[in-house]
Amino acid sequence: MSGRRRVVILSEEDLQAIWLTIRLAGLVTILLLLIGTPVAWWLANTKSKWKGPLGAFISLPLVLPPTVLGFYLLLLFGPSGPVGELTRFLGIGHLPFTFWGLVLASVFYSLPFMVQPLQTSFEAIGEKPLEAAATLGASPLDTFFTVVVPLSFSGFAAASVLTFAHTVGEFGVVLMIGGNLPGITRVASVQLYDHVEAFEYPQAHRLAVCMLIFSFLVLLALYIRPNRINKT
Amino acid sequence: MKRIKQYLLSLLLLFSVSLHAEKITIAAASDLKFAMDEIVVSFKKANQGEEVDVVYGSSGKFQTQIRQGAPFDLYFSADIAFPRELVKEGFASGEVVPYALGRIVLWSASLDATKATLSVLTDPKIKRIAIANPKHAPYGKRAEEALKASGLWEKVQEKLVLGENIAQTAQFVETGNAEIGIIALSLALSPELAKKGGYWLIPENLHEPLEQGFIVTKRAADLSLAKKFVEHIRAKSSRMIMKKYGFVLPEENPTK
Repeated sequence: MSGRRRVVILSEEDLQAIWLTIRLAGLVTILLLLIGTPVAWWLANTKSKWKGPLGAFISLPLVLPPTVLGFYLLLLFGPSGPVGELTRFLGIGHLPFTFWGLVLASVFYSLPFMVQPLQTSFEAIGEKPLEAAATLGASPLDTFFTVVVPLSFSGFAAASVLTFAHTVGEFGVVLMIGGNLPGITRVASVQLYDHVEAFEYPQAHRLAVCMLIFSFLVLLALYIRPNRINKT
Repeated sequence: MKRIKQYLLSLLLLFSVSLHAEKITIAAASDLKFAMDEIVVSFKKANQGEEVDVVYGSSGKFQTQIRQGAPFDLYFSADIAFPRELVKEGFASGEVVPYALGRIVLWSASLDATKATLSVLTDPKIKRIAIANPKHAPYGKRAEEALKASGLWEKVQEKLVLGENIAQTAQFVETGNAEIGIIALSLALSPELAKKGGYWLIPENLHEPLEQGFIVTKRAADLSLAKKFVEHIRAKSSRMIMKKYGFVLPEENPTK
């Protein structure tokens, strides 16, 4: 199903897979900005004894084989799993083989890539600017948006880029709970795998090169950004 | 000191044993999972001390891997076309041996599939139907053909989920994530799946035959253990195991 003309580099299916990947990664990044920011803020400032355990839990996906996650999600989300029963009760249906199932899996899978850079950049701010803001009468929320956010801008940028890129690179989890549905769960990495399995090497090359270039550009963007990132 | 000596000696012994024993590695299509496991057990019983490793996966993947020099001594494919290509390209020692015909079945862990026919798939109560990816899995291709031949392909499009190979497809159904699926008869007959649900045999006139074949790879040409295993596969005991898992054996295959 390659393009009609030679100038067409990627087939329609490839483009669909890429677009799906971008949507998935974009949505996960936005969700994780909302979830990860308070978590990272708490981790950066707390003296609670739960700091260690929670930090370790969040970092799990860094070392956990994606198949472990995929296996549990398949069982938990399925009709006989607790989450599956809950989602059916709520009228959402079952999450495996759905786009939202992938979103949820990816949120967990990419969590450390959002939280860790944010946490380091929050910790780098130190207490002085916060104390100054407090003496000037700013509420904690005010302080966060007018002092912390601007100061940790590059932390946010790095965390977002890493989260997006890591979600794009997801494969094992998607293979286990995705069910390979075009436009719904067939992301670029799975599409590439299918090309290779079907001996469509030219198509595989085109898609692979696109992803290679994308990954390089992402890293380049991180590395050539001056100042704060190196510090964080 | 004496202890260390003893230890070293036993270590040496261990190594010398492993040096003498031969070892073969078999790449087998995932529909063979249960049948091949049994055959290997009986082979090991008859040939004490010999090592046989089996790797299960999709036939297409193994073909690529063998082309790239993967260390497999025998290759059992679910589609005879793959090993045939390898023979042509010079990756095999000898010819392709057809060893079985596979069958596809409707299988479910939650519904009674024994009374089903393909037309139940359009039932709105069935939300997800698992088949293997027709693009590269032989069993998926046959499932697609059967659905097309019964005029259901377009109607069930929205419900299809694709397994990477036939074992993953079965696992989608086994976990209940898909209500029903089209899987290999050999898997539906395995003890693990048989106790969870019944199957309905899909008529073979609805699809091309699932002709399966194996080869001994080039690297195993002089391996006596590989030859021994081939003999064992052709022996009556192995044929009985294959039959037990629902494989139809080719008549022209000599019993010896």
